[in-house]
Amino acid sequence: MAMKGDFTDNLGRIYGIYVGGFTVFVIAMAILEQIGMPPRFILWAYMAMTIGVYAFIGIMSRTGEVSEYYVAGRRVPAVYNGMATGADWMSGASFVGMAGSLYVLGYDGLAFVLGWTGGYVLVAVLLAPYLRKFGAYTVPDFLGTRYGGNLPRLLGIIVLFCCSFTYVTAQVYASGIIASQFLGIDFNIAVFAGLAGILVCSMLGGMRAVTWTQVAQYIILIVAYLLPAIWMSTVKTGVPIPQLMYGTVLDDIASMEQQLIAAGQTIKAHAEPFTNYTPRDFFFLIFCLMVGTASLPHILMRFFTTPTVREARKSVAWSLFFIFLLYFTAPSYAAFAKFNVMSMFVAGGGTTLAFESIPDWIFRWGSIEGHTLVQICGEKAISLEAVRAACEAKGITGGFNFTELKLNNDMIVLSTPEIAGMPWFVVGLVGAGGFAAALSTADGLLLAIANALSHDVYYRMIDPKADTKHRLMVAKVILVLVAIAAALLARTKPSDILSMVAWAFSLAGAGLFAPLVLGVWDQRTNRTGAICGIIAGFGLTLGYLIGNVYGFDLAKGTGDEFSWFGVKSISAGVFGIPAAFIVTYVVSRMTAEPSREMQDFVLRLRVPRGGQMMEHSH
Amino acid sequence: MSDQITPEAAAAHWARTRSLMWVCLIVWAIFSFGIHFFVGVLNGITFLGFPLGFYMAAQGSLIVFVVLIFWYAGRQNAIDEEFGAAED
Repeated sequence: MAMKGDFTDNLGRIYGIYVGGFTVFVIAMAILEQIGMPPRFILWAYMAMTIGVYAFIGIMSRTGEVSEYYVAGRRVPAVYNGMATGADWMSGASFVGMAGSLYVLGYDGLAFVLGWTGGYVLVAVLLAPYLRKFGAYTVPDFLGTRYGGNLPRLLGIIVLFCCSFTYVTAQVYASGIIASQFLGIDFNIAVFAGLAGILVCSMLGGMRAVTWTQVAQYIILIVAYLLPAIWMSTVKTGVPIPQLMYGTVLDDIASMEQQLIAAGQTIKAHAEPFTNYTPRDFFFLIFCLMVGTASLPHILMRFFTTPTVREARKSVAWSLFFIFLLYFTAPSYAAFAKFNVMSMFVAGGGTTLAFESIPDWIFRWGSIEGHTLVQICGEKAISLEAVRAACEAKGITGGFNFTELKLNNDMIVLSTPEIAGMPWFVVGLVGAGGFAAALSTADGLLLAIANALSHDVYYRMIDPKADTKHRLMVAKVILVLVAIAAALLARTKPSDILSMVAWAFSLAGAGLFAPLVLGVWDQRTNRTGAICGIIAGFGLTLGYLIGNVYGFDLAKGTGDEFSWFGVKSISAGVFGIPAAFIVTYVVSRMTAEPSREMQDFVLRLRVPRGGQMMEHSH
Repeated sequence: MSDQITPEAAAAHWARTRSLMWVCLIVWAIFSFGIHFFVGVLNGITFLGFPLGFYMAAQGSLIVFVVLIFWYAGRQNAIDEEFGAAED
């Protein structure tokens, strides 16, 4: 396999050529647009080009070796693994929805920005280097070895499945939405376009193929995210650094808000804290998102792929750096978008938007079938007549207030280029970026699920004597089956499943964080303690989630939903995470200490020297 | 060269590693939670044109997290080398 060595040795050159090629492509699109190529062609060209590149990388990275399939041969340098983790982490929802949440929630939305970055400190300090030293293929593999026997392994698989499957369904759904929006095809067909995009990246080459496509996807998604923000910043302030310049935009927003408030409108000030969440909700949410980040298997397993423990630590730092580039841009994106929208209302010294002055984009996005993206006066904004009728029914004539305009979170990023009057080649780029974000996260999740099923369930529990060829075949078949299951579920637009994604963080944090952290940092933690801890933490969190959202009869809104201290379902982990730690710690100390052998194992886990501990037969 | 380090060296290595862990977690807790309790006060200060409380949640804490992990990776590596626990 001489080619492989060539590949990892030449990463800089290969991705340099890729970036160059991509730049040429974007410029070519800009030129084609100038000479009159229809927008539809440009959007299709972006989709075709990017899926083509992913398929090419996926096929080139096909492999017949177990360690290549599960951990990319453990040869991914820190910086590249950082980019791959960035793409793995930033989902379609982060790309498409984050700026929209910030637009709506203002300061309070920053809980997501903080929660989804700070967790990497926990990953770096508490987990990643030790899991790398151990050298497992999957997270349940670590639990199974550290705590002995199949029960801890099985519990790990259950937690992993619960938090990852809803999440992957949401990614397939997001990729379907983006594909249908940009290609103008039916959602039911677009879901399968998304599925195809996901499978070409992962099926033939497992982790190896996913890693190298994720690096390519990261580059596209970050360029697609930064470009419109830079554009808006340059137009508004003359300086192409949106992250620095939006301070003045916040000022402008505040003075427009004053103007609207003076006219008697109720406006929640953008930069004012705790107007949507109470301080307690805000801090609980940050806590759950951070601990959840540090427990999600598809993130942890990315750090199994570095060559050394040292590289694993550096790689976490690079991961957060690459994630930071997007997350510190999102609030500026939101501010520029809010500025643009609010300006329509205060233009010419007024405080309302006259019906005749409603811009075209409102109806273009408002009239998209199957989704309610723009609402005015509480009704879907399909046309001028519909808006006028809806407002007049509420006794509003002539024009309407800022608060009567409701934009869906998911449309801010996708529609901003159009709203701000950017050309189609930027619109297409943003679509390709959102698609890349959804595909890359879907692939990471899919591998986490399929690898746990093929490695932990099939190989470790059912047929430990299976040979390499057989194992890989099982792994690939399971991968395809899980992907199809997720696509079929996504096709039904299951709103309950999609809202459950936010639960994944609390569930993962409560079920996995304590046994993983204590497995490394507390020698005395034993099998019984870990089993009880997982069951208590995960059980409590799942119980609270179901009880809080559905109640005992498992149906929403029937009045039997309960709530402890007013904690919201998205922060359910505040009960389960500490409970898992306490139960694991106490039960471990009430029962026999782990064998001498296992304690030595923990001691060796803490010393990077001496190579990885788990030897895999190939 | 043996694959193992002495139990004494391992214990000293782990003690230092543990203190580094606590330092990192304290910095993490301050910038994840601590300073945001004071967002109201901080918003009275203007920094780079931003209300400081908003800035810390939108950028300041994030920059601290990134720098903290790079610093941690360097420090932990130095500890590993000091006790002969680093990889070859």
